[in-house]
Amino acid sequence: MGLLLTDDEKMLQESAEGFFADKAPVSQLRALRDAKDSTGYSAELWAEMTEMGFAGVLVPEDQGGVDMGFMAAGLIAEQMGRNLSASPFLSTSVLAVTALKHAGAEQAAKLLPEIVSGKILIALAVDEGGKHNPQDIQLTATPSGNGFKLNGKKSVVVDGHVADQIIVAARTEDGLTLFIVPADVSGLATERTIMVDSRNAARMVFDDVEVTGAQVLGEVDKGADILNTVLNAGRAVLAAEMLGASSQVFELTNEYLKERKQFGRIIGEFQALQHRMAHLYCEIELARTSVLAALSALDNNPKSAGPFVSMAKAKLGSVAKLAALESVQLHGGMGMTDELDIGLYLKRIRVAQELFGDSDFHITQINK
Amino acid sequence: MSDLELFRAETREWLEGNCPPEMRTPMNRETDACWGGRNWVYSSNDQKIWLERMAAKGWTAPSWPKEYGGAGLSRAEAKVLEQEMKRIQARPALLSFGIWMLGPALLKFGSDAQKMRYLPEICRGEIRWCQGYSEPNAGSDLASLATKCEDKGDHFLVNGSKVWTSYADESDWIFCLVRTDASGKKHHGISFILFDMESEGVSTKPIKLISGRSPFCETFFDDVKVPKENLVGERDKGWSIAKYLLTHEREMIGDSGNLKPVAQMVAEMGITPDAALQTKITELTIDEWAFSQTMSRMLAEAKAGASLGAKSSMLKYYGTELNKRRYEVMMDAAGTDGLEWESERSNDGDLARKWLRTKGNSIEGGTSEIQLNIIAKHILQLPGT
Repeated sequence: MGLLLTDDEKMLQESAEGFFADKAPVSQLRALRDAKDSTGYSAELWAEMTEMGFAGVLVPEDQGGVDMGFMAAGLIAEQMGRNLSASPFLSTSVLAVTALKHAGAEQAAKLLPEIVSGKILIALAVDEGGKHNPQDIQLTATPSGNGFKLNGKKSVVVDGHVADQIIVAARTEDGLTLFIVPADVSGLATERTIMVDSRNAARMVFDDVEVTGAQVLGEVDKGADILNTVLNAGRAVLAAEMLGASSQVFELTNEYLKERKQFGRIIGEFQALQHRMAHLYCEIELARTSVLAALSALDNNPKSAGPFVSMAKAKLGSVAKLAALESVQLHGGMGMTDELDIGLYLKRIRVAQELFGDSDFHITQINK
Repeated sequence: MSDLELFRAETREWLEGNCPPEMRTPMNRETDACWGGRNWVYSSNDQKIWLERMAAKGWTAPSWPKEYGGAGLSRAEAKVLEQEMKRIQARPALLSFGIWMLGPALLKFGSDAQKMRYLPEICRGEIRWCQGYSEPNAGSDLASLATKCEDKGDHFLVNGSKVWTSYADESDWIFCLVRTDASGKKHHGISFILFDMESEGVSTKPIKLISGRSPFCETFFDDVKVPKENLVGERDKGWSIAKYLLTHEREMIGDSGNLKPVAQMVAEMGITPDAALQTKITELTIDEWAFSQTMSRMLAEAKAGASLGAKSSMLKYYGTELNKRRYEVMMDAAGTDGLEWESERSNDGDLARKWLRTKGNSIEGGTSEIQLNIIAKHILQLPGT
């Protein structure tokens, strides 16, 4: 059923656990934030992630990757979630790789090895407004000469400010089409948007951006299916990251309850607090199962994985939020301070909730 | 063909040939479920035949050793049997506290003589057991139980009372927690004994519940003589058996893995939910799915035969609370149709009575609050007060 890890996956989990705790602890995100770093991630970390094979975890072996599947990608993301590690993993190694694998062989052969070696970063531009809504893409690609002209805007393009290439979803005459365009193409204006979680995205305006047929990923008008596959990959891996963040903030809170004293007692003795933690523990265990089941479905039955991915993202949307909110409250005033990491988890979880659909979005998907 | 595939093929063939047609239809009346025992009145000849055939195969307790009436199946084989029975919608041949609760305790703590004496007749459905745990003053605080058990040389003498004894009025024997020593700490001095409900001095009184039904009784013991050999395990050390059994019970009560999804129940009621209700149903669907998958994951993670320990509290807590939520949503869906109490149309208030019954799920077998205490203490390692 895939709910238990294989030996290979356990080894990967252990190595990712040590790696991110060592190379990308929360203090790294804090330092990037405080230094107002222009990229918002550590290039050194990304280089090491490519050496570890993490960047190419979904890339086929003949293109230089390790091809371990979504379960492995989720295990890596979970550890990144625990440490709030900022990196282009989601945009480049999950979203872009999945898109390229479903595109033409030529583009994949060229770009996938460059992703594995860390040479290029690629971002996905889908949403245009404040809420995830891939059904309502307004950016248009109108035929022009041998190719198309792109006009419209995109928002929350994760890592859009540092990417070398942008995969953009555009409306064409009879459906959606995915294009891949260089970030420095003429007519594309990119504005970095620093988000509440100190990570980065970009707002983009496409003004008569010219693309050729060779830049189409897949087929013209047939992009909706690929986009859906790509988004599901992103949703499941993001859910895994949220699981890591939830587990970590829960454990930090549990430790705090064993140290903090009031009324001459360890506050963890109070039953009112114990029951809130015990309930949260149960919810996180259910969340963990739903993530494992969604990743396993993507690996084993990708065609029918959609509802499982939506259930997992919806479940994590509510459980991660609960974990963050309870952690702030149970830390009392300390939870409100910037000195503790709790607030950083609250912020990242809030962003991850929104990305690629919050609980409401996915419940609506399932209702359809 | 692997051994397991061979087993599946043989099982399928046997079930096809031996499960009577009536035993492949849904259970609608209470008497459709077969509890066995000395006074059991079979609702049909097929029910009797089905129990006899399954018991002869050892399949009423498939994973128990053959010498005690089981079939000695491995966990994987037992799973195959379960799947194959589900495939033809076969009814369980026997529902039994003997199989679910007493049996596992006897297998672990009983003497050889006790195993030989009690287990085979449990497997054959000849003796129906009830569980004497809770007392009027020992509910959540079970270890403070006070039913007195005195050593009278050649026998024990039992005096006291139990409450919430499931089906005590229909049971043949009871497995019972009694106080053999009241001088020390409350967890010490508890013993686990077995006796016949027809013994002189035993009486029962059904408790009518808010559902209008009476699955539980008050049970009274007035100078009941119990043979010494009916003590299970060591005298005064019955609390460890009690805890072991409670863990089993929790896993069972929490098991909603086989429940029909609420979305399907609502659809079968012929209701088309509006958007707000549909959202509630979907939220529940997600939790039903995540819970049943979590159950599978935890059972798979636990080594074969190993207990889930404190994690069973999580399953008990979440599973019972989930079931309460399920019935609240079904009542929302049914509207006033779900409030009919005595009518043919409502099958005598079936939904309403089930809804009311679920309120007890988070109380029996240790309340939700007790389960949360156990999780906080044993899993989260939070300090005690």
